[in-house]
Amino acid sequence: MAEPVATSQIIGSDGFELHPADETAILRELEHYEQPQAACIEALKIVQRRHGWVPDEAIPAVARVLGIGPGAVEGVATFYSLIFRQPVGRHVILVCDSSSCFLTGFDELKQALVDQLGIDYGETTNDSRFTLLPVCCLGACDGAPALMIDDDTYGPVTADDLPGLLEGYP
Amino acid sequence: MSESIPNQRRSVGYRSRLLQTEAERRADTHPLTWRLRDDGEAVWLDEYLRKDGYQSVRKALSEGDPQAIIATMKEANVRGRGGAGFSAGLKWSLTLQGGDIPRGYLICNADEMEPGTFKDRLLMEQQPHLLIEGMILGAFANNSRYGYIFLRGEYVEAARVLNRAIDEARDAGWLGPDINGSGFDFDIAVHTGAGRYICGEETALINSLEGKRANPRGKPPFPGQSGAWGKPSVVNNVETLCNVPAVILNGAGWYQGLSGDRTDDGGSKLYGCSGPVDNPGLWELPMGTTGMEILDRAGGLRDNRQLKAWLPGGASTGFLLPEHLELPLDFDTMGKEGSRLGTGLLTVVPDDMSMVSLMRNLEQFFARESCGWCTPCRDGLPWVVKLLQSLEQGQGEPGDIELLDKLAADCGPGLTFCAHAPGAAMPLQTALRHFRHEFEQGVGKPRGEAHQDPIPVGEV
Repeated sequence: MAEPVATSQIIGSDGFELHPADETAILRELEHYEQPQAACIEALKIVQRRHGWVPDEAIPAVARVLGIGPGAVEGVATFYSLIFRQPVGRHVILVCDSSSCFLTGFDELKQALVDQLGIDYGETTNDSRFTLLPVCCLGACDGAPALMIDDDTYGPVTADDLPGLLEGYP
Repeated sequence: MSESIPNQRRSVGYRSRLLQTEAERRADTHPLTWRLRDDGEAVWLDEYLRKDGYQSVRKALSEGDPQAIIATMKEANVRGRGGAGFSAGLKWSLTLQGGDIPRGYLICNADEMEPGTFKDRLLMEQQPHLLIEGMILGAFANNSRYGYIFLRGEYVEAARVLNRAIDEARDAGWLGPDINGSGFDFDIAVHTGAGRYICGEETALINSLEGKRANPRGKPPFPGQSGAWGKPSVVNNVETLCNVPAVILNGAGWYQGLSGDRTDDGGSKLYGCSGPVDNPGLWELPMGTTGMEILDRAGGLRDNRQLKAWLPGGASTGFLLPEHLELPLDFDTMGKEGSRLGTGLLTVVPDDMSMVSLMRNLEQFFARESCGWCTPCRDGLPWVVKLLQSLEQGQGEPGDIELLDKLAADCGPGLTFCAHAPGAAMPLQTALRHFRHEFEQGVGKPRGEAHQDPIPVGEV
């Protein structure tokens, strides 16, 4: 029978070290919860804020800080749509594709984004400037069609608005 | 996380707004919105206190009777504004407390993601202290030791406003130990999510709060018995909690009277309207206001289009027809018509929109957002999308529509682990009932006549 291999070795954390400030921030999150696992999603967001995404190697590092298994962290990191598991551009565009936007020009807006950026969902422009993703109803239906760029919500957005809008995100 | 949030919005950015001026809103008729400012800026603590803020907490804590709060809430029959319409007072009366039972959690469901819904955003961005006040009352009634606002990650502005308001409330002694000298301790943290519609399901929300995948939990036990970390937990929607202060201050009779003789449901409601209308927006109106009045306030359809159908409260409610606009928008009436009130924000469908295309869009949403836990939802919804895509392209086969009927029935209440798949089934079943001919036209029609550029499922 083969020797059991530690999960952390399977996933591998070669060379990845949490930034000390991130580790402190993660530990601070623990204060809000009964169990350390609850800080898992916020911990992944902290890593993502620094690196832009969550590389595989960060999973065991986060697990170690929280004192939980890397499998639990990986399970969470692959579930949530706003945790990115591959590199993204400097700016992430989230396009709302839900009903109110669909009824007010989503198709045209999405096509304009594809045409102007030269990328589709899940892709990043060659200059690593933008990544395009769909998102659940943004709760901005009185401003449909809507989209977010990083932390900023816009709506209603027409195809003609896009060049000026994108200019604000170098 | 606060350092990553910009303090200044870009001038062309989206702003949440209520389409009623201060002159139209009164404390006795608009309990949810009368304090809002015409300039849309948040009402901070000083202004909130000037406008009678935290009076209900003062009253409740000095009276010191949690059971009386629950009794008033039950009598007022405040029905859950997240969409399910369950009596908040009844829910609270079922929370385990007393004896050796540990103090639990009061969780605000602020994961607003129901397509067509944008009401909780307004309440949180512009009037954070009303929510905090409602949460203190809820915590006192349910013996909760700590509160969480489970906020969707995309609501960046709401997170900024709520965190500042919580700090203000804590500094002024409305949160923390010994609130207002009462001996009652309670504090609140904002927990921001990372996407996924399913987090709005209350037991999935609790799993997510605990740092797990947001799969729903089986019931029983209900959260009031065993919720977050096994402690009694209460999950209420933002708007529901924002109703509590005025109910406690003014009484159940006043609350019931707000809706007049329109409906048996009491109170006011943040109604709204979106889609291709002239004036999409939000209004606080008496519960039981008709769809017609809301559509009128929204200025009717744009570009002289006609109304074909409408959803009364989000993607998981059933389609209604123009003739249903005369009905009061309340929980029971919408239920009798084969729909649900849901969140009470109308989505308007114009006559030139293909119901097949719209259903394809809705079901792509539900298929993508399925957590994958149970089979009818995980496998059934993508199948529904594929059938709708074929029909949309005029390449449906005989039997496809009957198959849609069956798949929708198999996703019905009681056959799945949570309400996600039944929520996906209701618009489909009502669309098939009211607009079956449009689906039939998709069987064997030449390619290219239907809606262009469908998005293949699995790639979004």
